[in-house]
Amino acid sequence: MSNESKKLAEKAQGLTAQKVGDTLLNNALIIIMLVVAVYVAITQPSFLSPTSLVNLLSLTAAYLPVALGIAGCIVLTGTDLSAGRAVGITACVSASLLQSTTAANKMWPNIGTLPIPLVILIVVAIGAAIGAFNGFFVAKFKLHPFIVTLATQLILYTILLLYVQMGNNGGMAISALDEGYRNFVVGNPPLLTFGSVKIPNYVIYALLLTALMWFVWNKTTFGKNMFALGANEEAARVSGVNVFATTIAVFALAGAMYGWAGFVESARIAANTANTGVNYELDAIAACVIGGVSFVGGIGKISGIVIGVIMLRLIFVALPLVGMDQNLQYALKGGIILFACALDMRKYLVKK
Amino acid sequence: MDQPALLEMRGISKEFPGVKALDGVNLTVRPGTVHALMGENGAGKSTLMKCLFGIYRRDAGTVTLDGKEVEFKSSKEALENGVAMVHQELNQALTRTVKDNLWLGRYPKVGGFIVSERIMDQRTREIFEELEVTVDPNAIMSKLPVSQRQMVEIAKAVSYNAKVIVFDEPTSSLTETEVEHLFRIINMLRDKGCGIIYISHKMEEILRISDDVTIMRDGTWVATRPAKELTMDEIIRLMVGRELTNRFPPKTNQPGEVILDVQHMAGRYTRLKDATFQLKKGEILGIAGLDGSGRTEVLENLFGAMTREGGTITLHGKAIQNRTPKEAIKNGFALLTEERRATGIFGIRDIKENTVISNLKGYLLGGVVLSDKKMREDTDWSIQAMHIKTPSQKTQIRSLSGGNQQKVIIGRWLLTKPEILLLDEPTRGIDVGAKYEIYQLIIDLANEGKGVVMVSSEMPELLGVCDRIIVMSGGQVAGEVNAASTSQEEILTLAAKYV
Repeated sequence: MSNESKKLAEKAQGLTAQKVGDTLLNNALIIIMLVVAVYVAITQPSFLSPTSLVNLLSLTAAYLPVALGIAGCIVLTGTDLSAGRAVGITACVSASLLQSTTAANKMWPNIGTLPIPLVILIVVAIGAAIGAFNGFFVAKFKLHPFIVTLATQLILYTILLLYVQMGNNGGMAISALDEGYRNFVVGNPPLLTFGSVKIPNYVIYALLLTALMWFVWNKTTFGKNMFALGANEEAARVSGVNVFATTIAVFALAGAMYGWAGFVESARIAANTANTGVNYELDAIAACVIGGVSFVGGIGKISGIVIGVIMLRLIFVALPLVGMDQNLQYALKGGIILFACALDMRKYLVKK
Repeated sequence: MDQPALLEMRGISKEFPGVKALDGVNLTVRPGTVHALMGENGAGKSTLMKCLFGIYRRDAGTVTLDGKEVEFKSSKEALENGVAMVHQELNQALTRTVKDNLWLGRYPKVGGFIVSERIMDQRTREIFEELEVTVDPNAIMSKLPVSQRQMVEIAKAVSYNAKVIVFDEPTSSLTETEVEHLFRIINMLRDKGCGIIYISHKMEEILRISDDVTIMRDGTWVATRPAKELTMDEIIRLMVGRELTNRFPPKTNQPGEVILDVQHMAGRYTRLKDATFQLKKGEILGIAGLDGSGRTEVLENLFGAMTREGGTITLHGKAIQNRTPKEAIKNGFALLTEERRATGIFGIRDIKENTVISNLKGYLLGGVVLSDKKMREDTDWSIQAMHIKTPSQKTQIRSLSGGNQQKVIIGRWLLTKPEILLLDEPTRGIDVGAKYEIYQLIIDLANEGKGVVMVSSEMPELLGVCDRIIVMSGGQVAGEVNAASTSQEEILTLAAKYV
């Protein structure tokens, strides 16, 4: 064999080994997740019990909408720190408008119980308005979303604190929710069961929402414009994309998702205070980056976001099962975020 | 020129803070013709086109399209009114597919907002077929070579069915066959009655493809003539505004003994395959080659800004490594980078900081505190020695002209007392007068005994300033020529050797 062909052969071998390595690395998180799940399932068969699986599913469904919303902001190379407070406000508004007529300190005694669709409309509109507000400052003044949403988050907190003081509530937790509302969200009677375990309705809603967002991201003009804008704003502009409107719409859509999340969260936890939703944005951002929605911009998949959210919830569910200290969860989360992002950036690094 | 004009731009002016970029420029494009727009870098060609396309708002002047006065406020409006543009910088969404890029801003829709992948696919194939472009519509943009991305951009502009299409330096990253391909497309458009505005530096191309030529200089209109009445020398004379003989200062430097010997240098991640050359004391060595031939890579590998795969560097008979820029600076190297704004200047910082940044160690008092007095003195020296025109040391560097910015950076490097200066496109984006000053500076440096390696895409510049020129082609040295006795043709032949 001549020297040259030897070199070529070596190169070809190296390439395949490298390719296998790359494939493994690119899917490292999913592989690790599966390994962890299998390990937990073997050591603690109760992990595979319907109760435990439905628990994982429910937690994922509860956190998913915020992640689906915030992902759009990340695709635009931005972020949204106001998500948690937006969930808080919409949760408290939902709760206050849907308190049972017999509640002792009913916040708004004169409105009775509003129809559920109307309340959904109201909180989704509130969420969208918050998002549009963020989007406006980002699009109009070219402020970094980090700054804008940091400010909004603080403003929202004050509004939230003032709101829970209003009416007859006096700053207490807003509870004693209308039975119909609870049943609508949590599911009584349930639409689906797994073995003998009820699957909450909001899991089904989350599935529908995921399908809707997949459609919006992949099949609509808006979705394609969003990705183009995230990948190269100038290219989008010179191709005639309305950058201003698209930016506002991405943030408003994210806000609408927070509104829905608030509506579900309120009934799920049943007692809402000004601290409802706090820090949800951080979990959502973490889920997105774990799922490959890159801060580089213009990259992300709905399936990735779902995997990211499941991954984070898996830690919560699995850790106690294998008898690990719950306090470890934060360090684990941090580790996963670093690992996921380093893996992600590896794909886009241009070596010189 | 008695046909009614398709596009008429009259008295266009545009001012940026501190610079009059356009001053009363006229341009008239007839239907079914190719109108070349020529001028040196910074003459205002791209600015004029951006004013037409709605990216910039003009300060004065009128634009008439098909007899109607228009003022586009955005690219969207321009596109809707039949004006399309192939941009000089490849503005593409790299993470998306070819067809997503092609239809960006006008996706074929069903039901008002749903994008039809099927129609998109079909139309992409139709256009690619018509234009004989062989690119996979579903490929991710970032995976394609630059020349294919360029063809996608050209196909995109054509697909708007525009009346006026602007090509802003479309051939800068195309190979010869691809250029022929582009010319077939342009001829097809011309036959359809489109008006083409063609911006390029390449004279042969201009004389071959265009019907009319408009020449600009320093933001003003100089002349508009039929292409067949023009010669290359005439164009250069009009562009430069004086005879070619005055473009370069007299060469007074005397090359001495060899100080640097580079053998078989190759890049690990970059396209540099084999660079072998020597540099003498007091010599100006040029590096010529097409875009993508590995010119810049020679400098950046030598400077440690890129990872080397092999080869040796010998300085004064001693092997050196230059693994990082820091190490290279210590060994007496200095690198003036190609993209001044991206990797040269610290735009919002002042002249002083931009001057002293590579030499901070030299200003330490007791190893801790930076001496402001010393930094000011050195900056003053640089401003005087480099003839930098600036109101003060405290001026933000981005408010200076390109030429003055470049002088600040050269001054910065001189403070590190380098022995070897690597200059990558030292006169890019600099006006003609300032170019002369930069050339003078380079020759003065060689006179002081420094070795200079200079990369340039402008061949006359290499011929006028350098002693020897090595020509890169396909990542390797294709040959070496003597600047005093070679010709542009010889260099071009070498540049195409390994393409």
